[in-house]
Amino acid sequence: MKLTLHVWRQQNAGAKGGFETYEARDIGPDMSFLEMLDVVNEGLIKEGKEPIAFEHDCREGICGSCGMVINGNPHGPKKAISSCQLHMRTFADGDKIWIEPWRAKAFPVRKDLVVDRSALDRIIQAGGFISVRTGSAPDANAIPIPKENADSAFDAATCIGCGACVAACPNASAMLFTAAKVAHLGALPQGQPERYERVRNMVAQMDAEGFGYCTNHGACQTACPKEISIDFIAQLNRDMMRAFFTSR
Amino acid sequence: MKRILALYRSSVGKKALMAATGLLLFGFIVSHMLGNLKVFQGPEKFSAYAEFLRTVGYPLFARGQLLWLARIGLIVAVIVHVVAAVELTMMARDARPTSYGRPVHLEDTYASRTMRWGGVILAGFVIYHVLHFTFGTVHPNFEPGDPYGNVIAGFQSVIVAISYIVVMGVLGLHLYHGIWSALQTLGITSSELDRPIRTAAGTIAVVIFLGFIAVPVAVWSGVLR
Ligand code: SF4
Ligand code: FES
Repeated sequence: MKLTLHVWRQQNAGAKGGFETYEARDIGPDMSFLEMLDVVNEGLIKEGKEPIAFEHDCREGICGSCGMVINGNPHGPKKAISSCQLHMRTFADGDKIWIEPWRAKAFPVRKDLVVDRSALDRIIQAGGFISVRTGSAPDANAIPIPKENADSAFDAATCIGCGACVAACPNASAMLFTAAKVAHLGALPQGQPERYERVRNMVAQMDAEGFGYCTNHGACQTACPKEISIDFIAQLNRDMMRAFFTSR
Repeated sequence: MKRILALYRSSVGKKALMAATGLLLFGFIVSHMLGNLKVFQGPEKFSAYAEFLRTVGYPLFARGQLLWLARIGLIVAVIVHVVAAVELTMMARDARPTSYGRPVHLEDTYASRTMRWGGVILAGFVIYHVLHFTFGTVHPNFEPGDPYGNVIAGFQSVIVAISYIVVMGVLGLHLYHGIWSALQTLGITSSELDRPIRTAAGTIAVVIFLGFIAVPVAVWSGVLR
């Protein structure tokens, strides 16, 4: 396959970026999107040019680092996968592909397609600790957890912190990510003692990082490689209301 | 009060206040629409209804007092709704300083995309509408105390009638996304309820649109005269 790529190149956070055009030759349909970029980069290196910087680690959809917007779709046009799981057979020979980084004030571009997602880590940190007994590990199943709660906590916990929800959101809001993190512990007995304090602090941090707010478009759940549902946003909202009106 | 302020400071809280005031205004819109439809019962009934709004609560409240109380409540709700919307919109603008080369458009409906401009149109319309039928300032032949006549005369102009109809379309769209969105913001939805709530919101929006445009259409087609 032969493809034309329009890739966002930007030296660093302060520099002005722009799209550059490259030809991707000899691309096989079984290559992943990142492998295709590797091939292009090898070519660039041979020509003595700077390779395209993009973030990647696991290349199997679990680390959340490979975020990029492909033709106006965070993680590409396929549902429920991250960029590293996207295969080139999704595209046709001769296609033009636009590749750009997540765009949000809270995600400054480090270089080319690499953005700094530390803001998401700080939201998690703002959640603080949970009260547990230290010492030897408790027996498995010592704390009964209803299956429904366990399932819901697991669904929320599948969030890999990739930031596609922010990238997709017309308001660059981090509500889906924050909601997944809030709902994860909020569904479990271990999360109860600090439940309302946690939601307040995490939302405050989310606002402080400069993310937008939620207008309930639902673009985030479409873009999310882990199909996190906006139900969790309703849950966060519910917890927030309780945090303000029922607890101290 | 302290809690309300703390709530107002967070983006989620601002949205909750927008949702709550939005639902309140929605309640007003429903009763306004039902009140309008009394015009079909003829001039006496319609004037009696206008009079009822002024005398309701008597002797606990003097003439017009309760009406003004309600008006003040509505004005406060509108102010909270609009101020929160403006602040949140600015927040969203700031949150994405560089836009995409290829626009990202996932899942947004026409209704959800037009919430902001639709809101601006509705705010402008409310001002015009109050000057038109309440104070009569922009009404060519306004007769104080003759609501029926004012409605008939007011909709004689084709341009006025059409703009009312168009704005009611905008209102319908605003409500379609707004009702569902308000419930989501207040944490009342869930995935099982999602479809039914969206369908209900759509139905309500259509009913309200039809209920409101019935009057200008009837005047225009000569059913009401
Ligand atoms: S919610 Fe989904 S899109 Fe957002 S960070 Fe988590 S996995 Fe990525
Ligand atoms: S590289 Fe880890 S999710 Fe794509």
